[in-house]
Formats: sequence, structure tokens, C-alpha cells
Amino acid sequence: MEKQTGVQELDEVAVRFSGDSGDGMQLTGTLFADASALFGNDVSTFPDYPAEIRAPQGTIGGVSGFQVHIGSKKVNTPGDYCDVLVAMNPAALKANIKWVKKGGMVIADADQFNEKGYQRAGYKTLDAVTELNLQDYKVIMAPITTLTKESLKDSGLDNKSIVRSKNMFALGMVYYIFDRPMNFTETYFETKFKKKPEIIEANKKVLQDGYNYAANIQAIPNTYSIKPSKILPKGKYRTVSGNTATAWGLIAAAEKAGLPLFCGSYPITPATDILAELSKRKDLGVKTLQAEDEIAGICTAIGASFAGNFAVTSTSGPGLSLKSEALGLAVMTELPLVVVDVQRGGPSTGLPTKTEQADLMQALWGRNGEAPVVVISATSPSNCFDAAFNAGKIAMEHMTPVILLTDGFIANGSEPWLIPNMKEYPKINPPLVEEGTQGYMPYARDDKRLARGWALPGKKGLTHRVGGLEKDFLKGSLSHDPINHQRMVDIRAAKVERVREFIPEQKVIGDSEGDLLVIGWGGTYGHLLDAVTDLREKGKSVSLCHFSYINPLPKNTRDILSRYKKLVVCELNMGQFANYLRMNFQEFNYLQFNKVQGLPFTVVELVEKFNQLLEGK
Amino acid sequence: MEEQYLNYTPQDFKSDQEVRWCPGCGDHAILSAVQKALPEVSKELKYNIERYVFVSGIGCSSRFPYYVNTYGFHGIHGRASAIATGVKVANPTLSVWQITGDGDALAIGGNHFIHAIRRNIDVNILLFNNQIYGLTKGQYSPTSPLGKITKTSPFGTVEHPFRPGELVIGAQGKFFARTLDVDVKLTSEIMVEAAKHDGTSVVEILQNCVIFNDGAYDFISSKETRDDRVIVLHHGEKMVFGKNRDKGLVLSGLSLKVVTIGQGGFTMDDILVHDAYNPNPGVHMMLANMEFPEYPIALGVIRNVKDSTYDDNVRDQVLEVMKDAKIKCVDDLLNSGETWEVK
Ligand SMILES: Cc1ncc(C[n+]2csc(CCOP(=O)(O)OP(=O)(O)O)c2C)c(N)n1
Ligand code: SF4
Ligand SMILES: [Mg+2]
Repeated sequence: MEKQTGVQELDEVAVRFSGDSGDGMQLTGTLFADASALFGNDVSTFPDYPAEIRAPQGTIGGVSGFQVHIGSKKVNTPGDYCDVLVAMNPAALKANIKWVKKGGMVIADADQFNEKGYQRAGYKTLDAVTELNLQDYKVIMAPITTLTKESLKDSGLDNKSIVRSKNMFALGMVYYIFDRPMNFTETYFETKFKKKPEIIEANKKVLQDGYNYAANIQAIPNTYSIKPSKILPKGKYRTVSGNTATAWGLIAAAEKAGLPLFCGSYPITPATDILAELSKRKDLGVKTLQAEDEIAGICTAIGASFAGNFAVTSTSGPGLSLKSEALGLAVMTELPLVVVDVQRGGPSTGLPTKTEQADLMQALWGRNGEAPVVVISATSPSNCFDAAFNAGKIAMEHMTPVILLTDGFIANGSEPWLIPNMKEYPKINPPLVEEGTQGYMPYARDDKRLARGWALPGKKGLTHRVGGLEKDFLKGSLSHDPINHQRMVDIRAAKVERVREFIPEQKVIGDSEGDLLVIGWGGTYGHLLDAVTDLREKGKSVSLCHFSYINPLPKNTRDILSRYKKLVVCELNMGQFANYLRMNFQEFNYLQFNKVQGLPFTVVELVEKFNQLLEGK
Repeated sequence: MEEQYLNYTPQDFKSDQEVRWCPGCGDHAILSAVQKALPEVSKELKYNIERYVFVSGIGCSSRFPYYVNTYGFHGIHGRASAIATGVKVANPTLSVWQITGDGDALAIGGNHFIHAIRRNIDVNILLFNNQIYGLTKGQYSPTSPLGKITKTSPFGTVEHPFRPGELVIGAQGKFFARTLDVDVKLTSEIMVEAAKHDGTSVVEILQNCVIFNDGAYDFISSKETRDDRVIVLHHGEKMVFGKNRDKGLVLSGLSLKVVTIGQGGFTMDDILVHDAYNPNPGVHMMLANMEFPEYPIALGVIRNVKDSTYDDNVRDQVLEVMKDAKIKCVDDLLNSGETWEVK
């Protein structure tokens, strides 16, 4: 009998791919995301992977997941819960079922649900459906491993390579269900395996067989279509992850300043990709130095900055701790420097692969002495580009270290990005001192920014010495004079304060006054925006004030805070930004919503919380 | 105008800062040796004064950059190697000098020190070894001899010291020399050699701290005994020493041995010739490790071997990749790879 297929149209859908770390789920998810983006959907992704590269096979600890949220409407988050879960083994199903919407679809590899599989995943029985209460879900147990072997039995590939292709079988099934074109993925195989035609053919075949299988089984009665998005602005798009965007933003800043980019860095999850991406960019003259530790990372950068490169260092929380003393040196020598901290769960080694926003206080205050630096944050994967560019612009034009805070969630997440045109970005004008300038004083400042001049070694007539000891107000020579020290502490603070005059005013999404103002900063933007939008659509008086610039805060911050009946500060830490606001604007009462589970907020929990606050609870 | 480098005198390298070391400190002599060497280096390498950058960490010795009239960077404790590395990579045309102490380079900065050497970054590292922490007023250092009594080792240290030369060669150092603070002439000759060497040059300077470790090198610095207790090595010359130039070094089995020429059947022909250029570090290591009284202390350039440098490799790789790169600006980069049009 011919199968009856119907096509149901949806605005949005979230799919979660999960399996063993070795099952290639990150790639599978990425391919689905890219195919959807190229198809014209808006997309947001969330890789959720374990810290161990290879935890014991089949165990919960080894489960790696990748959630993709696609829509014909604007998509701001990877989605709290998914509509479809692909589970390549019992452990993946057990670990991820809590992320599936009630009544959602589960596609599982039946071949792995054997005694060994159940046992490794710590099931009590040999019946996942009953044990996990899956009666209300649409569970499709497909013999994916067997079918993959069958599909490739004449391919000439060895057994291991064949079994490794089973993720493509699963992807083929998902492509059928969501009515995705497969040509993007086929092109990917062709470029990726250029020199191995047999692998290209094998992958294509498995993908197609997975697709056909899904088309033929009765268990999948209809497919879903998510139309290309109509609200995305016109233009040329690409997909970008937060770490790549950060790296590119730094390169863009170097280009606009006309200086070479230098990055000294030590690998650390989840920041390593920035160093890796910059290392690829020798074509643009980028110099990267994989240092012996984080201290050397920042110190080489400081040396490079002294010598006239735009210098940066990238790290995560533990690395930022190691860089503290040297950051003070950069404050004292008043050299441009960007430090990127891709925050992860702490303290100590903490949760290396999970997201958190708990380095804010460290970024603001984590140094000896009065050592103010500019602190800014990025709000989404693609926003990392602008944030990194702005960090570089401020660092170079104001002669100060700038800490850029991103986090594991936006660093690894990706989204379609309307490709910017560099013509639309401003030139960066560092205060370089011209060769032979008469009467050059290393610590003389311009009135506007209070920035000192940047005199580069190699230039005639400008020889001078800088260092970590307190400086004379003008000459920059050593000074232990008490009044001079006070003056220097004041001027370093004033210089950072002065940045306020050069950053945009803070914007509010929603109304300029009302019942509840939701306050956030950094990578929580998408979730907060969705929650606030949801409530506003229901007629509630809720607005969002989401900060990118943290030190200094935008000029109009106090004015904004004064216009709402209630303020709630939402962040993935125990209240660091809330306390910072309390310190700066003591007259207001700040409610808090905090979460430290290594996970982003969910829109559902935010909406619930805001409703409670609106109802006066 | 451009040929300034021909006409410098030591005076040109003196800054207006008052020198703050204790009277009698060995650092004074080292400073004048460097100020004497720099006009020579400038002439040989055609460097104008603005090409020099002196980078230091923290310690008495690390105050040095304030006293030379060049570009200077007084860093933080232990990190001078890293800062100097950044300076050199950022602008490879600079002549970068690192001033560091035995604590600065071998304790807190040990990691950066060995990695700078391993990379063979073209920096001249002057290691002021006074076997003590001077600036913090007399605690033992990683080069203080076992049993040394100091403020923090009132009963004597219970730890073995580093031998800087052994560490440098162990870290694949290509240039190692040793000199003595009071021998200004030798020190300044070695500075010129160090500057000419392309790659990391480490010069260990045995330096007297009159306040906290006075006399640590008296056994070799007094004129009467020096010649018998020191051997000054020159590439291509016999390893001969002694007031009467009658002692020499020979290889006995796998070790060095001191012999008197004309005694025990040893003639000048048996005496080793110093080959600083030999890539094999075996003899260099033995020379660097010689200790009194069994051996004379080796001064001079002990090892001087050519190899590619980090800064050159970085520059060459960038140029190589740029040569046929498709991506030439950020716009190219942003538009590279998979893109699509929303109409
Ligand atoms: C992070 C840090 N730790 C400790 C110190 C204190 N300190 C300054 S110099 C020094 C030791 C210096 O000894 P050395 O490097 O041998 O230099 P010297 O003074 O002997 O020339 C110490 C421990 C410091 N300045 N910074
Ligand atoms: S304490 Fe010692 S090393 Fe320091 S300046 Fe005085 S004599 Fe020189
Ligand atoms: Mg010392």
C-alpha cells in the first residue's frame, strides 16, 4: 500500500542529536543546522558535550548532544526543549529525554538497545519505554546500525568505517521528516573528502538510504515543513560561531587600526577555538604564539603591544586568574590589550564544557591595587564580532586593557549572520607618537580621552622606559611621591570612566517605563528576549534592558533603572551584576534570578519567574 | 644622519636616572660593561640607539633598564622572557635584551626562561647570578649552594642548586657564555658576541652582592688567584689556563681532566681545542658544569651554535602563507566558505 503522506507546516522546530562522544553528533547537528540555514531558516545551535574526550563507551558520562533550533520566524535561542530527539544509544536517550517536549518524537537506534547497551547506561530493566515512561512520546526504534551495514555492504569500506556512517543514516531520516534538501550536505561531503571518492559516495548513499527508509515506514505518517524565513533582512549570509566571530572581530580591529595582530594564548576549553582560528589567519598576517602558560600568553601580548602590535590574549576563567598580575602591569604601563574570557563553570577547573557568567567580579576587580579596566560583553554568537571589534577600538584609542566576556554557550553556539561590510566599520585611531616628536613625555595625555601617547621602539627620538612601578605623572619615570601616586590612581580611574563618553547609550526593548524591567548582560540575551517578547505579546508590562558595556556603564543607566516598578537582574551566577548595580546605583531595589547549573536559562523558567514577579509574589 | 651607529660612545647609553644600587654592588660594573659594548654592537650590526629594547623582571638587577638610554620595559617578577619574546615577535628588527636575576629567571620565571631558550627567540639574556635574592634582602635562591645560610635558611639550605649553564643547554640553548662582574673587558666582549648571535643568547654573569652574599665569587675574583682558578675559553684556541699558562684540559675517558703541560706525559698536543660551534652539547655541558676546586671555572663563550630562530620562523611562515593567499582582507574572510543570499 502506498504510504499516505501529509505535510504539516510549522514556524519552528528544535531537534536534538545525541549519542556517544564517538558517534559524530556535533557534526551531524552542524550539518543539519547548516542545511537549514542555507535553506533560509533562522537557526540557533547549542552543543552540549562532555569534558572527557572518550568517556567509557555507552555510558551516560560519554553522551554528547547538539541541539538545533530552526524557524521561519526569528530564532533567538537553541530552544528550551526539542521536538525531536535522535538517540544513538540507550545512554543518550536516558540523558536527554528530559529535554524532549511532552509528546515529542524520539528516533533511536534499536540495534544498541540490547543487554549490553542497557547495562552500560545503568538501566534497571531492558525496556526503555516503560522505564523512562515514554508512553506519551512517539518513539521510533529503527535498526540504524543494521541498515547502515546493509546500505554499505558493497561499498568496499571496512566495517569500522561503515559503522561510523550510521550518524548519516539518522541524519537522512531527519531530513525526510523535516523536508530538508540534501544537496548542501552532499556538497559538504564532496569538499571534505575531496581525495576519497569512495567515502563521498558512501556518505551520500547512507544519507539517501536513511531518507528513503523514513519515507517508507508507517511510523512516520507525515512530514513537517519549516518555510524559509521572511523576516530575515535581505543580503548575504553565513553561519558563524561565537569563537570564530570573536577571532574575526579582533582581526577586523587590527585591520581598521592598520596594525598587525598578535595573539599570545594558552589552550583552554571553551576558548581554544579563538587561538586556533587566529592561527589559521596567517594569510592576513596574524601572529599567534601558543605560550607555555597563561601568564606567558598575556606577557607576550604586553610585550607585543609595547612594540606596536594590536595585542590580544584569549582564555577562560582559570586562565584569567593566572593573568591577574600581568593585567595590573598593562594597567600601569597603559598599553592597549584585549583579554577575551570565554567563561565556563567554576570555581577552579569547575565545569570546563559548561556555560556560566561567574567571572564578572574577577574581570572587574580581580587584581591587586586600584586597577580599573574596561569590561564589555557579547550577547550572541554573531555579536561576538562587534564586541571584539569594539574591545579592540577602545583598547587602542584609550590606551587601556579591555576584558571581553563571552561564555561557553555563545562561544560554541552558532547562527546565521548577515555578513557585514567592513566599509561600515569606523577607522581605529590609536594615539601613535610620530618619530622625532619634540619633548615627548611618555605619560602626557590628550584631554579628550586621557590616553597617553603610544611611542614605538624603533622610532627615533622617543626612547623611554615603562614598567610596573608607579610612574611620574608626566615623565613616566619612577616616583614614590605620595601626591603623585594619588594623582595617578585618580587619572587611571578617570581614563576608564571617560570611555563612557564614547560608548552608545543603553537601549531598552519594550516600554520606557512600566511594571517590570528585566536586566541582563552578555550571553543570556536570546533567552531573556524570548521570555520578555512572550510576555509582551500577552499584554504584560515587561521590558528588557540588556547590557553589553559593563565598565563603564552607559550614561543613561540610572535614568532607565528609575522608570520601572520592579527590577529583576537575571544572570548565570549568584548575583554578581546585581551587586555591581547595587554598588553603583544604591537607591534602587534589585530582585534577582540566578542559575548556576552549567546550563543556559530556559525561556519557560524565565516566563514563570516574571509572571510571579508581576503578580506580586 | 642614518649612520649614527658609527659614532656612539658609552656616554650615549647612559640615562639621566640616578643609579640606585648599593655602592660596591657588582651590577655597577656590569652596567658599564654593557654601556661599553653597545657602541661596538651598534657599529658591527649597524644599529641606531632606537633599535635597542631592554626588558627586565623584578630584582635589584632588573632595575637595569632605567639606567640605559634606550627603550626599556621593567616588567613583573619572572616574566621578562615572555615580555621580551612578545617585543621581538611583534617587531623582529629590534635588538632585544633581557636583564634578569637568578631568582627572576630560575625560580618564578623558570618556565618562561626555558621556553624562550627552547624556541630560540633572538633575545640576549643577561642573567645576573649573585646566588641570592638581593631586592628582598637576602633569601636563598635557586643557585645558592646546598647548605647556604640565609635569612630563610638559618640552618642552611637543604636543596640542590641549579647550574644555569646546564639548564640552558638542557633546554636546547644554542648560546651560553659566562663572565665575571669585575672583568669589565671580558664582559663587554661577550656582550658583543651575544648580540651577534642570532637566537637566544644566555650570558651568566657571576655577580657579587656586597650586602647579602658578599664574597661569593672571591675565590675567582681576586687578581692573585684568578688565573689559576678560571679558564677563559675562546673558540678555536687550546683550553689552557694558569698564571704560567701551563695547565690545560684533556679528555680522560668520558670526563674532562686538568693536567699540567709537560707533566705526566701530557704535551700541548693533548690539550683540547675549544669548539664553541659544535652542535653536540657534550663537551659544552662538561665545561659549563666545571666546579672549583676540582676544575677551573669556565668563562667566555662556551657554546655558540647556529639554528633557525623563532622570530624568523614566525615571519617566514606568515610571508609564505600570505604569498598565494586567497584571503587578503577581512571582507574576503567574512565572505569565504559557505554563504547564501536572502532575497
Ligand atoms: C610576584 C612577586 N613575588 C615576589 C616578589 C618579591 N621579589 C622581588 S625581587 C625578588 C627576588 C629577586 O632575586 P633575583 O631575581 O635573584 O634578583 P636580585 O635582586 O638578586 O638581582 C622577589 C622574591 C615580587 N616582586 N613579585
Ligand atoms: S642588595 Fe646586593 S644585589 Fe642588590 S643592589 Fe645591593 S649589593 Fe647589589
Ligand atoms: Mg639574585
